[in-house]
Amino acid sequence: MSAKTPLNRAPIAERFGGAIEDLGFAHGVHAFAAPPETIVELCRFLKEHPALRFDFLSDICGVDHHPEAPRYEAVYHLYSLPNKWRVRIKCRLGDPPRVPSVTGVWRTANWHEREAWDMYGIRFEGHPDLRRIYMWEGFEGFPQRKDFPLRGYRDKLNPFGAEGPPPTQPDLATRNIP
Amino acid sequence: MTEVTELSRPEGDVPDTREVLLNLGPQHPSTHGVLRLVLELDGEYVARVDPHIGYLHRGTEKLAESFTYTQIFPLTDRLDYLCPPSNNLAFALAVEKLLGIQAPIRAQYIRVLMAELARISGHLMITGALPMDLGAMTALLYAMREREMIMDLMEMISGARMHTSFCRVGGVREDLPDGFFPKIREFCEIFPNRIRDYERLVENNRVFLKRTHGIGVISAEDGIDLGLSGPNLRASGVDWDIRRDEPYEIYDRLAFNVITRDEGDCYARWRCRVEEMRESVRIIEQCLDQMPEGPFQVDMPTIAFPVDKDRVHCSMEALIQHFDLSAYGFKVPKGEVYSAIEAPKGELGFYIISDGSQKPFRMKVRAPSFVNLQALFGVSNARYLADMIAVLGSLDPVMAEVDK
Repeated sequence: MSAKTPLNRAPIAERFGGAIEDLGFAHGVHAFAAPPETIVELCRFLKEHPALRFDFLSDICGVDHHPEAPRYEAVYHLYSLPNKWRVRIKCRLGDPPRVPSVTGVWRTANWHEREAWDMYGIRFEGHPDLRRIYMWEGFEGFPQRKDFPLRGYRDKLNPFGAEGPPPTQPDLATRNIP
Repeated sequence: MTEVTELSRPEGDVPDTREVLLNLGPQHPSTHGVLRLVLELDGEYVARVDPHIGYLHRGTEKLAESFTYTQIFPLTDRLDYLCPPSNNLAFALAVEKLLGIQAPIRAQYIRVLMAELARISGHLMITGALPMDLGAMTALLYAMREREMIMDLMEMISGARMHTSFCRVGGVREDLPDGFFPKIREFCEIFPNRIRDYERLVENNRVFLKRTHGIGVISAEDGIDLGLSGPNLRASGVDWDIRRDEPYEIYDRLAFNVITRDEGDCYARWRCRVEEMRESVRIIEQCLDQMPEGPFQVDMPTIAFPVDKDRVHCSMEALIQHFDLSAYGFKVPKGEVYSAIEAPKGELGFYIISDGSQKPFRMKVRAPSFVNLQALFGVSNARYLADMIAVLGSLDPVMAEVDK
């Protein structure tokens, strides 16, 4: 399950040099680690470079490495329709997690980023409409974080939940529906 | 239609009296499940659409972190419930890549055969449901008749009609039953004629044509930008099929055409799926012709149950391994994998991070319907409220997969 020619890494190394770490090729995907401040520039470069042309954004997802530090990670999966290459960009984030949004590069990033915000509380800066997508407005906490109990917290609607109050999230800004 | 609600607005924003906010759903037959669309209407025109999802959110990804790899199969069934074998296959492939194993050839043929049956079953649903959304009830009833044949075949293979859970890591659960081949040959003989019947029912229906031709056009560039995949993107003229471009299992041994259309409208999306069903029948026939004899599971006692149950009854080591495997599952080496297959709805990917234990550290499902539904923002030429229904029907989202 791989393309006929291997990924041409030269342009990426030439353009970004030491800022991007090459994590090697495994299971049909080439992985890179990038710091959050380069992510938009890197995505735009991968999309627009004539020899690479990663025009399709497959997926963005959040990962929680609790209790490791830096705790969070945003993972981007890109696909090149003309070259049939796959690339994974891993971006480690501190606490609270913040990363620039790539909605300006691909419109499809919109919902992926909303999902990562909803589930992990990763704030995508510059996102046009960062609202919760699965959970309801006013839900407290980020359910897929490793320290969020599987059955949620106990309250009058959830008698089977875990003890303890939900953690307060000072930066939890859920906006009203326009 | 559902009730009209005035939603809260930012302070100081005086609502334009000309525009009406309309809640379509979450309980509405044409939303194909529990989707709620907040529409801003200017008369009959749709000024803005805001899909609200999550009514069916079950936390599959969170749950998977506390399940062993074998226990996750039933969870994947419930993503796109019209075609569970495809979801099982996608998950099994991802785990097998991490383990560095491959299923035996016979098992691969069985999986592909089931995945293609599932593709037909999923496509039959939209073949009938899109005309039904637009007022032609008959096609759906005929499509359900043929879907029943597939259900019977699934029941024959696995004992379950919908949630088959037939895949296992390293193969499938059982071998194909006796008497299955004549049944599926019969299906392959009957079904292409039935496809012709649906076409004759619908393709020259003037109401259907008027409401789908040139409606909801998505250009190839927009489709790629919006992350569309599968038949939705192929209907916009992008020649991309993961089965051909990144062949998994035994797809490189099979001959099939990738169906593309240039128009990118609702009709093209419907048409693509109808023609894909023909290709699926071809693939199934080739699978039946080529399928070799052999094991249906890898012979690895640490991963798969022994094929010969007597070994468990007679040998203590085998009994211990059997108990260990059922009670604790198997360990998967540390690593990360993203594995995508061509599911009926598009690119279905599983991203799994393993920390070396029996349970995944993180499992992310790249659900095609979730991304396809976003295309509601990107359509042009769908100005009327009624067009919205056609566009939604032709994008064919399954809400269970959207909400995960």
